Amino acid sequence: MMQPFKVLKAKAAPLDMINVDTDVIVPKQFLKTVKRTGLGVNAFFDIRYNEDGSENEDFSLNKREYKGAEILITGQNFGCGSSREHAPWAILDMGFHCIISPSFADIFNNNCFKNGILPIALPQEQVDTLMEEAKNNPDDLLEIDLERQMITRGNKFKFEFEIDPFRKHCLLNGLDDIGLTLQKESAITNFEKKRSSDKPWL
Amino acid sequence: MAPRTLYQKIWDDHVVEQSGDGTCLIYIDRHLVHEVTSPQAFEGLRMTGRKVRNLGATLAVMDHNVPTTDRSQPIEQEDSRIQVETLRNNCKEFDVTLFDLGDKRQGIVHIIGPEQGFTQPGMTIVCGDSHTSTHGAFGALAFGIGTSEVEHVLATQTLIQKPSKTLRIAVDGKLSSGVTAKDMILSIIGEIGTAGGNGYVIEFAGEAIRNLSMEGRMTVCNMAIEAGARAGMIAPDETTFQYIKGRPMAPKGEDWDKAVAYWKTLASDEGATYDKDVVLKAEDIAPTVTWGTTPEDVVPITGCVPSPEDFDDQNKQNSAKRMLEYMGLKAGTKMQDIEVDVVFIGSCTNARIEDLREVAKVAKGKKVADKVHALVVPGSGLVKAQAEEEGIADILIEAGFDWREPGCSMCLGMNPDQLKPGQRCASTSNRNFEGRQGRGGRTHLLSPAMAAAAAITGKLTDVRKL
Ligand code: SF4
Repeated sequence: MMQPFKVLKAKAAPLDMINVDTDVIVPKQFLKTVKRTGLGVNAFFDIRYNEDGSENEDFSLNKREYKGAEILITGQNFGCGSSREHAPWAILDMGFHCIISPSFADIFNNNCFKNGILPIALPQEQVDTLMEEAKNNPDDLLEIDLERQMITRGNKFKFEFEIDPFRKHCLLNGLDDIGLTLQKESAITNFEKKRSSDKPWL
Repeated sequence: MAPRTLYQKIWDDHVVEQSGDGTCLIYIDRHLVHEVTSPQAFEGLRMTGRKVRNLGATLAVMDHNVPTTDRSQPIEQEDSRIQVETLRNNCKEFDVTLFDLGDKRQGIVHIIGPEQGFTQPGMTIVCGDSHTSTHGAFGALAFGIGTSEVEHVLATQTLIQKPSKTLRIAVDGKLSSGVTAKDMILSIIGEIGTAGGNGYVIEFAGEAIRNLSMEGRMTVCNMAIEAGARAGMIAPDETTFQYIKGRPMAPKGEDWDKAVAYWKTLASDEGATYDKDVVLKAEDIAPTVTWGTTPEDVVPITGCVPSPEDFDDQNKQNSAKRMLEYMGLKAGTKMQDIEVDVVFIGSCTNARIEDLREVAKVAKGKKVADKVHALVVPGSGLVKAQAEEEGIADILIEAGFDWREPGCSMCLGMNPDQLKPGQRCASTSNRNFEGRQGRGGRTHLLSPAMAAAAAITGKLTDVRKL
């Protein structure tokens, strides 16, 4: 059972880069875990920490004003590269529950939903606005209302966003896919019977 | 019935149930499992008391963490060892077939599937690994999934999916000599960009694709994911059937005839339409290398390192600046003047027997440059054995290449095979991301023949001139 996602009101942190790939989000040395949790401290490792292990002050997510942020604003094609679910696990473990970008890589996008993270794709100009806002007014809270599909920042602006209805339903209710699918047991069994007779070599 | 594409045919054949909004439950014919993305999935099964639904459809192997040196000793790095042992224990507990380290069939997950005949046309194939797109070379719908989905497939043998859009990329005409499948896919990605395929399944078509061997087709489909597409596919034909015939897990006897009859119906129908079409001319493709840290940053080997101002887009200009800095390159430098420290020949893109033959052809009677460490990591134990039998291993060892045991190795360096900071590598793998081959490592992607040429001259080199 996942945490249901309803309304999120939180700080937004800017990660102003395009094509952030999964190797940047979770470098390979942290893929050797056999658990889902605990990946947050190592997220963005190569750009987040200096050679000596201290925090890189230039890296936006290290800045004090973004501590506690739960929304990540970033550039296009976020999450490209591998299918590692460690990437959304790490981002979730850092405390982010929503990512806003002009576009997401396909598998990453999928993996977010399986973990209760909401990825929102918005037009470039709107992401630019959010990015500027996050940089200039780090303490202002952004409100994401999934039910109404609306992003608001006080009275400043209101952006609508799109989301697949099935995914919205699952997120709002914290539904687990496997449980849902297992209710379709008889359909699967029937399919398997037909498959064995149509394609006996399988 | 309206004309359908290859993708639509396979999709239609696998829908278990469709709901009102178009979301489908699709059946999965083959599931490959490896040690990195499966532990949490098996853990989930254990916690809920669920079993693996279709054992015959599931095959496991360890590849990412395995050492490519002496295998008689336990794995030195503790976390790698635990991950490998976890897979071994999970396979035992859940009864899943595993190609363990001592097994000759062990190798990179996307090499062993086709090699065993586990991969066949018309199938849906998944694995917790993005390069699952490789298997699309057989006219299968094959794509990478996350660990939650791995658990979903283990438990239910299905996935919840929505149909993708389709993109047809046709490469017309004939490739010039010295130009390979790798150059073709690198140029395609250069053309459409790393996000060009987002939301699409790509069907590769055209004369130049048809003329490729299965190995070449796998190289092309392998990198469909680097163009942002979840899957790449090529219609099955005689080349495909010949490759599969007689492999251990291929259909036999009467089943074979039935299977081939079905496979022949899969090619896209005349008049089928795609959401997008791209056409390239094969003769425009030169041996291609990357200069930056995404696979779209390509130039012909005869070209120069570009300058950030060459790009129109402001975002791309900024990222080009950063890439040049990371790569330690100056705009305007001739690609052929770039010296390399390491050459890596391997990965699920280019570690099949045909790739090693190409390398041997270039390396025969020559020597690896003194300052270069050139690593050859065969894709599987069987590829290794065949290369040894054909005398390829001898040629390479004689030339000074380091001949290793099979695995993912320096493609991503989860085992000890890694670049050191600042080292520059000519690599036959598929990703040149920052830090991919080792923190601070600098990767240039290229074909096996070009990698061999670089090993010998110590510089990026036009293999046609060697
Ligand atoms: S060889 Fe590289 S790309 Fe292929 S499965 Fe292994 S790590 Fe992934």
